[in-house]
Order: sequence, then structure tokens, then C-alpha cells
Amino acid sequence: MCLAIPAKVIELRGDMATVDMEGIRREVNVLLVPDIKTGEYAIVHAGFAIGKLDEHEALDSLRLIRQVLGSQREGREEQEEQNEQRQAP
Amino acid sequence: MLPVALIVECRMSRFTEDFENPDDAKLLLREIKNLAHSSNKERIQFMEVCGTHTVAIFRYGIRELIPNNIRLLSGPGCPVCVTPNSSIDHFISLSELPGVVATVFGDMMRVPGSDSSLEMAKASGSDVRVVYSSLDALKIARENPDKQVVFFAVGFETTAPTIAATLLTAAREGTQNFFVLPANKLVPPAIRAVLDTEDLALDGLICPGHVSAIIGSRVYGFIPSQYGIGAVVTGFQSTDILYAICLLLRQVVEAKPRVQTQYSRLVSDDGNPAALKIMYQVFEPCDSVWRGLGPIPMSGLKLRSEFSRFDFSERFDVPIPESLEAKGCLCGEVLRGKKEPYDCALFGSACTPESPVGACMVTTEGTCQAYYRYRGRRIQGEDRV
Repeated sequence: MCLAIPAKVIELRGDMATVDMEGIRREVNVLLVPDIKTGEYAIVHAGFAIGKLDEHEALDSLRLIRQVLGSQREGREEQEEQNEQRQAP
Repeated sequence: MLPVALIVECRMSRFTEDFENPDDAKLLLREIKNLAHSSNKERIQFMEVCGTHTVAIFRYGIRELIPNNIRLLSGPGCPVCVTPNSSIDHFISLSELPGVVATVFGDMMRVPGSDSSLEMAKASGSDVRVVYSSLDALKIARENPDKQVVFFAVGFETTAPTIAATLLTAAREGTQNFFVLPANKLVPPAIRAVLDTEDLALDGLICPGHVSAIIGSRVYGFIPSQYGIGAVVTGFQSTDILYAICLLLRQVVEAKPRVQTQYSRLVSDDGNPAALKIMYQVFEPCDSVWRGLGPIPMSGLKLRSEFSRFDFSERFDVPIPESLEAKGCLCGEVLRGKKEPYDCALFGSACTPESPVGACMVTTEGTCQAYYRYRGRRIQGEDRV
């Protein structure tokens, strides 16, 4: 029931906004995100924008995850290489 | 101000599909296997608190992909499932009063009360209408000034601010025929009740994403400090969930439980202050009864005295029938993570999505329906770990 869908704000009109939700235009209430601006993204639940989506955070967190995974993979490959070298006669 | 050259047009996929990359999933699963192995533990139990996470975990097949020593339990985070029979009976009863239009979220229609459901009440002549938003219920009130329009106010912190905002609008407009039956619930007290359950050894919690958009992540501090286990707030795509499992496993391996937020594109430490302000302007915490968990202190929301005129039960006499629980139904145990749906004799036979006995089978986010849809009925001898 806490399902919420990302939407892009197309036009603001007081408490209401027209948003684009996966290609569909809808009217949503923006009372709960008073500082939202046209062009920004929000999560929409039960007819209300309930939180702003931060694209820089989205990019940063994905970059961080890939960095962590990459460095661990490199670390393991290095370890495996060393093991192979040790095993070599 | 960013230099123009650095401004790249943002795409919606940046928040969703980019977090569903199969290559990332493969690497994350490998990392999960390594961490599960290096934990040297026979069994690690995490609980996903939120029903939307339960469905996402099934949809991606994550339970089948993670190592055998990690067990994911589903928690009490489905508002439809935890609304007790007494609340449902109350709302059905008021829907039968003359001149009343009862408005609800679609998920609530088929939830069985003691001996009826809103769907059955509608078939018997009650004016029950499904709405997408509490604002739609307010619109029905405006269009039907000769009717008393009541909205069944269910849902967690994700939904409560939207209902509060609707009530503020109704108060501002001076709408006289719009009411709610307050039954909203708060997640942190329920987490505490689950963690106080005897014999439930949890090693970490996957905390809700959209509830946390409102309440923030700081409120989960009591989980590591008082219960000694980790809590990770995460999103709903495959990378989100798998990385949350990685973070929890790392906390287990390092024996350093703490609160971490993986869903930083939406969730901050303090949540959404504007939404919290509106929610607490209209509502205040009260004791509340949860299906399966029983009464939990300060885990519900009631209207503040300035707004009590919107509480239908304060304004009109509603006969409240005695509530009964369905015999043999294990929803209560399932909601606390103490039993799995397969442990219930009714699961898949007397209780199915078409003909549900318990609330956890009614909604797509209920644990029983998720098991039924994604894993099928009980298979004798099936490895369930």
C-alpha cells in the first residue's frame, strides 16, 4: 500500500501540479513538498507528491556501489593471481 | 549554480531502471555469498519490514538467489494486513447507515472482517466507493452535500500526511459533510513490538523506503542501540535490495550494527519536515491495536481536538459489533515473522487470493499472497530455506 511512483513536475499551480508519470499526465497535490520546482522529480503516493527525488544522490549512490563492487572484485582478482603465482612451481 | 555544460538532462530511469542492472546484481550476489561465507554463521535472519519490499524481493527472485544460510522474513509492514477486525467491522457498520457514502482505498474492499467485508456490504446495498486518494473522497463530499462522506483513514506514515493535508483542505474550505474513521498506524513502535517478540532472533532489518521518506532514517537509531542489530533503509529496485543485504551482512561480519541509508535519492536523516508538520498538526499519537501484534502503545494516530469534528465516530453513533478472528488463521504469527505462510493449514486450500480468510492473503503486498503468487502452494518436502 505504500507503493509510490516517480514523477516529473511539468507545471505548478498553487497546491497542485501536473506531473509526468511514466508518460501519463496526472494532477497531484504538492502541499507536502512545498519547495518543489518545475522540472524536478518527486515520488507520488495516493495523489500527493510525498518526497523529492535527488538525481545527484541517485548518481552518487550508484557510483559508490559500483566503486565498492569494483574494488572488491579487483582485490579478489589480485588475491587469486597471487595464489596462482604461489602455486606455480 | 552549475556551469551550463555540466547540466545533463535528468531521466526518470536514473531513479528506477539504473538500479536494476543485471551486471550489478551478479556482482552484488557474489559479494553477498562472500560475506555470508565469511560470517561463519549457520543462519542469518533479516526481516524486511515493508510489504512493498516483500513483493519486490519475490518479483526479483531474491530469496532463491541468496545463500542458504541467509533467511529473509517478512514483517508487519502492510497497512491492510495489520488493520484489525475491530476497525474493519466498525467501518462496515458505518457504511450501512442511511445517507452515508463510505470511501476506501481499493486494497481494503476484500479484507474480511468478523463476518463480512466492504465488498459484501456494497453488494448488500451500502454506498461504498473506491478512491485513489483521500482528495477524491473530499471531492465526493463536495459533490454530494446531502450525504455524509466518510474516508477510512488507514496506512502508515507514507499515507497519514496525505490524509492530514486533505483534512486541512476540508477545514479551510469549511466542508461540513466530510469525515474520516482514523485508523492510521506508525511503523517504529511496531518494529519495537516485533523486536520484543520472544524467540525471534533477527540479525538486521531492511527498513521501509517510503515510510522513511516521511520519517527519515534517524528514528531507527533505537534498533542498533537498544537491540544490537543493524537497520538499512533501502529502495525497491534489485540493486537497492541486494546492496541493503550486503550492508547488513557487512555489519554482521564486522559486529558493528548501525543505521545506514541506501535510498539516499529519496530518504534523508530527518525525513520530510513539511509532511511531518502537517501530519502532527492534524493527528497525535495514540495507543492502537494491530492484527497479530495486539495493542501497541502510541502506535496509532487520532485526530487532535481541533480536528475531532472530522472523526465520524465522535459525531455519529455507530453500532460496533463484537469482533471475532477467523479460526485457524495464522496471519498474526506471520506478521511477527514467527511463522511462514506454509505453516498455516488454511494456506492455499481454504485461504486463497480469490477467497481469502486472512488479511495477509487479501492484498498483493500481504505475505501470504506474495508466497502464493510467486512460490505457489505448499510443495511437500520442498526446501524452504
